[in-house]
Amino acid sequence: MKKIVTKHPLAIRWNHWINFPVLAVMIWSGMLIYWANDVYKIRLGGTILFKFFPESVYRALGLSYKLAQGMAFHFVFMWIFFLNGFAYVLYTLISGEWRSLVPNRHSFREAWQVLLHDLHLRKASPPASAKYNGAQRIAYSSIIVMGFGSLVTGLAMYKPVQLHWLCAALGGYESARVIHFILTIGYCLFFLIHILQVILAGWNNFRAMVTGFEVVKGPEHRGMAVNEQGLVIPPEEPLTTERPTIEK
Amino acid sequence: MEQSAAEQPSPPTPEQQERALEREIRRRTIVSFILFFLLGVAAVMGFRWLKGHPQDAGVQAPLRSVLNANEKIFDKTLSDGHLAKTYPVSAAATHVRVNGDVGMSPNFDPNTWKLRVIRAARDTLFLTLKDIQQLPKTEIVFDFKCIEGWSQVTHWAGVKFSDFVKQYHLDAQAAMKYVGLRTPDSAYYVGIDMPSALHPQTLLCYEMNGKPLPLNQGYPLRLIIPVKYGIKSIKRIGTMYFSDQRPPDYWFERGYDYFSGL
Repeated sequence: MKKIVTKHPLAIRWNHWINFPVLAVMIWSGMLIYWANDVYKIRLGGTILFKFFPESVYRALGLSYKLAQGMAFHFVFMWIFFLNGFAYVLYTLISGEWRSLVPNRHSFREAWQVLLHDLHLRKASPPASAKYNGAQRIAYSSIIVMGFGSLVTGLAMYKPVQLHWLCAALGGYESARVIHFILTIGYCLFFLIHILQVILAGWNNFRAMVTGFEVVKGPEHRGMAVNEQGLVIPPEEPLTTERPTIEK
Repeated sequence: MEQSAAEQPSPPTPEQQERALEREIRRRTIVSFILFFLLGVAAVMGFRWLKGHPQDAGVQAPLRSVLNANEKIFDKTLSDGHLAKTYPVSAAATHVRVNGDVGMSPNFDPNTWKLRVIRAARDTLFLTLKDIQQLPKTEIVFDFKCIEGWSQVTHWAGVKFSDFVKQYHLDAQAAMKYVGLRTPDSAYYVGIDMPSALHPQTLLCYEMNGKPLPLNQGYPLRLIIPVKYGIKSIKRIGTMYFSDQRPPDYWFERGYDYFSGL
């Protein structure tokens, strides 16, 4: 028998979907800013493998000669990016959601199994024992750390004299700019893999991020017991071994 | 009228339960996705509204309001105790980047140049380069930061703006909120908030790398203000004046942040 099971809390769904367009505006306006001093390249020995970015990219996306516009959008939307991220972290901490997000001692082994499985190098899929598997825990926690990294490197570049200690801690002005840029590339790569995984995971999983619920078959849901009303019994006893982070 | 026991529905069959569940799933899915779609449309419309909004000094008015609010938050961090990092003279670049030639008209005669300091209406002080060189000299080697995103360690010397104010008894003027500076041809002009102008690293500068400023670096006199982006370090100062209102600012009018503080 099918059951409706609550998966994502409303707050997390709002944070997730607000972040998507806001991060898009931050990356777009960031590229308007980067254009004015576009010095980063990937080099191997003496040869340039890739230049960020080829002229054709700027032309296609209309990014040239818009530094002022880029700075204006960047320094306005930074507030939404910050507040949304802050709200997310606060919510996960207070609600206890962090327990299903933060990697535990099994996560790295599990992530490796997930990776092998996803690359079709391993037949058996790793046991789905919690809301997020090891790979997801690592990815979703990293993205929060990356967001924090963007925030502090951005702040260091924004006020390098007044916040000189922060700028120095990040290796200086130029270094903060490089880290800020690399983190942005990281978001783009995360986005590509994330989209691919969401497509592969299918409709039920995607729908859960919009509606908050998931439809599961059978009385068991990821190893959690379900009562007669189809509600998951809170995993107090059965999952204590799955949560070594709260053991002393 | 009495409800008879016969009218009580019999318990739903598994098929009926399944259908009810399907209906519930469909209803909740449709409601959520309609909301999701509408919010998406609202976000796109909001962004288009923002992008197409009438401009205030070269940038959409709502963005300008936030930039001005940012200034009110971050100018609190400005302190005379927070100095731009300085470097040994050996770290300074010998080939100093030249960026921007607005206000650098070719028909300028440095020999007849004098700095005009407007103390009040019909009270203007005229100063030669010699007058300014009489004042205590300060050197600085710091990482000059351009708003474009590059920076360069460069070596400058001149008189601290705060020393200049002291020596010429401009205390009443320095009590105002802003100082305005413009080139002799009035083509380039900046406005600086007084706390930044009086910051101990702000120089009225006449030397670069131990020699008089080159013409393209603003000979005879330029501003060097390490607590701001380079756009505020105006070259070839012609006129200095004081105001409680924001003086006109070339790049501000073209959409940049007025404060532009680092």
